[in-house]
Amino acid sequence: MSTLVFLEHHDGEIQKGSLGVLAKAASLGDADAVLVGEGVRGLAADAGRHGARTVHVADDASLAAPLSQPRVDVLAKLASEYDAVFFANSVLAADVAAGLAARLDAGLNWDLVDITADFVGKRPALQDSVLVDVGWKSTPRLALFRSGSFDPQESGGEAEVRDVAVDLEDFSRETTMLEQAHAEATGPSIEDADVIVAGGRGLGAPENFTLAEELARALGGAVGATRAVVDAGWYPYSAQIGQTGKTVSPKLYVALGISGAIQHKVGMQSSSVIVAINKDPNAPIFEFSDLGVVGDVHEIVPKLTELVQQRKSS
Amino acid sequence: MKIAVCIKHVPEGHGRIDPGSKRLDRSGEGALNHFDANAVEEALRLKGDGDGEVVVVSMGPEQAADSLRKALAMGADRAVLVSDPAAEGSDLVATSKVLAGALAREGADVVLFGQQAADADGAVLWAAVAERLRRPVVSQAAEVTLAGDKVRVKRQTEFGYDLIETSLPAVVAVSDAINEPRYPSLKGIMGAKKKPFETLSVSDTGVSVSDTGEAGSKTAVLALGDPPARADARKIEGDGNAAQAILDFLAEKRLV
Repeated sequence: MSTLVFLEHHDGEIQKGSLGVLAKAASLGDADAVLVGEGVRGLAADAGRHGARTVHVADDASLAAPLSQPRVDVLAKLASEYDAVFFANSVLAADVAAGLAARLDAGLNWDLVDITADFVGKRPALQDSVLVDVGWKSTPRLALFRSGSFDPQESGGEAEVRDVAVDLEDFSRETTMLEQAHAEATGPSIEDADVIVAGGRGLGAPENFTLAEELARALGGAVGATRAVVDAGWYPYSAQIGQTGKTVSPKLYVALGISGAIQHKVGMQSSSVIVAINKDPNAPIFEFSDLGVVGDVHEIVPKLTELVQQRKSS
Repeated sequence: MKIAVCIKHVPEGHGRIDPGSKRLDRSGEGALNHFDANAVEEALRLKGDGDGEVVVVSMGPEQAADSLRKALAMGADRAVLVSDPAAEGSDLVATSKVLAGALAREGADVVLFGQQAADADGAVLWAAVAERLRRPVVSQAAEVTLAGDKVRVKRQTEFGYDLIETSLPAVVAVSDAINEPRYPSLKGIMGAKKKPFETLSVSDTGVSVSDTGEAGSKTAVLALGDPPARADARKIEGDGNAAQAILDFLAEKRLV
């Protein structure tokens, strides 16, 4: 069995999610990887250390911007040699996977949290109330995995590097990146925090984020935010958790006034323990919380902060 | 300027999967996928007061006509519904083929999608449709601006905001943060009944029936099971003791 893994990279580093999927592929059989971009050859060694047997490198100035369609052109040349092609979900990877599915008429299953050695994918559906076993009727099997499904494994191997010729379709050349986002490196990263206290619209006003900040300080954690409050300008983008923000899996996640929309959920659902406080008893977040508290954050959080401080100082 | 918007009719409330067919039960009440309302709103905004046309396109059961009518009531000019029993159970490969066929007949300058389907949590269809149309695609659009034969898109990714420009015709998937969809007015609802509404079969889109439905799909649902539940999940009503209850819980889990 052989699998090709699409490795996404940003600012000179392979994304952790991609390396996690590579570890899964390597545990199933032969895992090769593909790196697409400009100046990415140096990352091949890192892919080898994380379990890749062969790394296909498409290194070209025309591939510098992280746009999906040129990546489909590169992968389309390689994919048919493999039983499966794996992707770690992201804005870019989802578009590459779907474009490739149409190009090759290949089946794509998405939002998978696991896969067996005989290629049965596991996909939670309907707000995670059902676990669906999904399969493929042809090869290559394309699979898009939910963020944080697997941890990277260092095997210490060395990959063989193979160059891929770059030949782009006309419609793949039409798109230009005018300004590219770069991750802001300010303050402690919420991706590494053991405890995260996150706030949503239910906090009521931007100044009420102090509730989240004070509880986070008492618990020794960092502050996160939903897309809704980031879009509303209440809190900086660097704190956004969710589909288009950061994906986190802390030991403790405290959600304050967060409804639990899919956009947010995908970024935090793999947290070990989730505590949610929301005044709406029907908020979806209660469906995936270990402790759900129906109540007013403005009353409960200051008391909780005080109790945590007392406990720490006693 | 001709703008096509792809919309989906989704079941209301908590969905259920039919254990026999292993498909989402689409027999009950449904509604316009709310993420698609953002795409309809953006199409109306882009058309503005100009003499363009907004055409809404859907593939689904007959009831999907309700969602198309809602889009017409919001202000879209024309609707196309591809409804064919042969297309039931289509996966991404098959659905994208039929939608691309219906869109190719329209030849729109811009094709818009919403950011995901509320029922299947899928967020991939636009890229497959763009590939079949051989058009450029940009997703997660937080702002869309037309400039001559180009479209500029500010999109949000995991790393922040990108600014991307591409040539028309193009496919753009908008995020739910891009706008606040309008509610249809009474006048809009009345007017929607008189707007052109076309119903197509799969073969009308130029796609062979054998390329759709389960026959044309490359994925399959094998089995349904219970998900691994969060062990001993608890829910409490917030009274005066809620803060203490949370602290006790955290202490029990050794998190404080």
